[in-house]
Amino acid sequence: MTKYEELVKELAPRPFKKLGVLWTIGLVVVVLIGIVAYIDQIIKGQIVTNMRDYVLWGVYISNFVFFVAISFVGSLTAAILRLSHSSWRTPLVRIAEIIAFAAIIMAGVTIVLDMGRPDRLLHLFTDGRLQSPITWDVIIITTYIFISALILFFPLLPDLAILKDYFKDRPMLSKWYGWFSLNWTGSTKQWAIQKKSIQMVAIMIIPVALILQTIDAWLFSTTFRIGWDSTNLGPYFIAGAFVVGVGGLISVMYVLRYSYGLEKYLTVSHFDKLGKILVFACLVYLYFNISEYLLPAFTAPKAEEAHLRELFTGHYAPLFWFVTIGGLIVPIIVLMFKKGRSPKVLFWISILVVVTSWWKRYLIVVPALLHPFLPIQGVPEEWHSYFPSAHEWAITSGTLAAALLIITILVRFVPIIPVHRTAKELGILPTDKSEE
Amino acid sequence: MKEEDKIPENKSNRRNFLKLSLLAGSGAALAGAGLSALADEGKSGDKVKLMTTDGKVVEVDSNMVEEISTCGVPVTEREAREGIPGKKFVMVVDLAKCRNALKCQDSCNKNHYITGKNAWLKVYNMQESKDTAPYWMPMMCQHCDQPACVTVCPVDATFKRKDGIVLIDNEQCIGCRFCMAACPYSTRVFNWEDPNQGAAMAKHTEENTYSPEHTGVPSVKGTVDKCDFCPHMIREEKMPHCVTSCPNDVFLFGDKYEDTVTNGSGQSFQLSKILKDKSGYRLMEGLGTEPSVYYLPPVNRTDAFVDGLEQYDEFQSVRKTEEE
Repeated sequence: MTKYEELVKELAPRPFKKLGVLWTIGLVVVVLIGIVAYIDQIIKGQIVTNMRDYVLWGVYISNFVFFVAISFVGSLTAAILRLSHSSWRTPLVRIAEIIAFAAIIMAGVTIVLDMGRPDRLLHLFTDGRLQSPITWDVIIITTYIFISALILFFPLLPDLAILKDYFKDRPMLSKWYGWFSLNWTGSTKQWAIQKKSIQMVAIMIIPVALILQTIDAWLFSTTFRIGWDSTNLGPYFIAGAFVVGVGGLISVMYVLRYSYGLEKYLTVSHFDKLGKILVFACLVYLYFNISEYLLPAFTAPKAEEAHLRELFTGHYAPLFWFVTIGGLIVPIIVLMFKKGRSPKVLFWISILVVVTSWWKRYLIVVPALLHPFLPIQGVPEEWHSYFPSAHEWAITSGTLAAALLIITILVRFVPIIPVHRTAKELGILPTDKSEE
Repeated sequence: MKEEDKIPENKSNRRNFLKLSLLAGSGAALAGAGLSALADEGKSGDKVKLMTTDGKVVEVDSNMVEEISTCGVPVTEREAREGIPGKKFVMVVDLAKCRNALKCQDSCNKNHYITGKNAWLKVYNMQESKDTAPYWMPMMCQHCDQPACVTVCPVDATFKRKDGIVLIDNEQCIGCRFCMAACPYSTRVFNWEDPNQGAAMAKHTEENTYSPEHTGVPSVKGTVDKCDFCPHMIREEKMPHCVTSCPNDVFLFGDKYEDTVTNGSGQSFQLSKILKDKSGYRLMEGLGTEPSVYYLPPVNRTDAFVDGLEQYDEFQSVRKTEEE
């Protein structure tokens, strides 16, 4: 067995062991529960949620914003590292692209779950009006889905061809890989086209990703609502997406490294570098948080003051300080130290960052709705507050599980560490597969 | 216009509002009569007397006068979206007269078959600061001329008409609730569940084509509803339900082009004059939404504020007893 064959064997997708199977079954069950809850919501209407006329958007929208955010760095980091020719990127870009792809697909699904009339979804395309931020969102999300699919797919082509050969003894699987590899032969012409295509999507995805985050922020800042009507919101969302994206990438990387024994490829140095990126992202985000929450406190009109008080010391204070301290202060302090960037510590910090980022979106969406310009009157007492109902939790968990399931399925069938590129970097490529 | 002959003659149920409307309505057409006169040939020579908005009587050629018919139900989908030609509907709410009798709300709820828990017309218990007097403030859709809700609607379900009315086409609405998020007046309500408006409504819906001009007929699960300024009543030359049901003449309704508003008792006033004399204002003027609803400040009130407290229920605006 040559070194190359060993490498292919090591990096080719493998069937799950017991734990992997259990994990997958668990996710499928959660998704199914979510689907059942959603069908019930369709039948009974959104009365099954705890949203009402005042808190008219709830956990579905905040979860949507979370998905959009996490989809950001997955591909942006990938594109930036690719364009800057950072050679250490090789083993982690595909993981990032897989996360981005799964997240943006689920963002698209989640926004539909919030619609009162999902049966009229097509109206968005047939009767879309360009001045509505929702139309911008529809356009940019569909664009991003395609681009993030392509940036995942193009670099995969040589690997799929390798897998086609590798799984020769399993004709069905081999055929699938062959079909998806678009008859990749590794000819000079194919390499040239592939290189150009990757370059193109890598350049395209940067403005598209920035626009995506900005439009997501503008969904809120194009309204009069206190807490949303802020010009700071666009960059604030971009910075937040940077944080949660890197956090998500580190979390998934760590789990894959642990369960597949990929220590050789995903090294301590990779975690250290990503830890530095994360602390940088957190510092930038801290800056925007200060300009979003602290600065208005000085000149806040009454209504804004009430909104801020609710966050700082009121009903939402425990959650607000949990996401601020847990999602910003703690990561910044811990990741300043080299030991804090060791894989294990960094993993737990990243989990904390992802969890607080999810709740952060909830805090952006919900409390602002509880401070309308006119007092809340003439509606039942329950309408004066909001916490997601069992249906909302089931459906939201379903979407999160579905995103993880997409990642899991891709991990099962796609080499998470690029095989061809790694072989090339190690200088063990068989001569007949040489590039250019 | 086949509906023209349906216009009721001077019957007892016809209010002064309507006479004024026809008279001044023709006057209003004068402003833009130059062009329309060119288009209309024939029956020239007849002179008609008209009264202008500032009270002068003028004599004009009859073919320069365009008859404005507000009448005609059912209207086509296009007419429902365009609005009633040559009109700009406005409302004035006299806070000095409101004592929270809630007849407006009851009538609105009943005539729009509201079954949810958030009425489209609510009377707010307001107090600007603790040193100033509390007052009652009826709130409904402000029918803004720069409607934030219409701007953000992704599918053209909510729209602004030429006559100033903002409506919702609930056969088009996708239920994204962005309009509700955008509205600073919190006047939009969502049908969180099947409105369950009863067998009569189901039958009515089956037999008639839907028109956004009568919101609530029917209400549809998963779509947004709100005050519609009652164009279904205007088409019948009647005033909105809240105006006619108010025992205190709090509401005045009319046409801004005619510069006339009329209260529930049928008394008409010059709009610009009462807004000037009584220091009328609009809600959240600073936002630039340009509402079509004007408020007159709660000064020299006819009733004590406390009289309204008896009726006041902070947690209810659609009284269930009214349904039966």
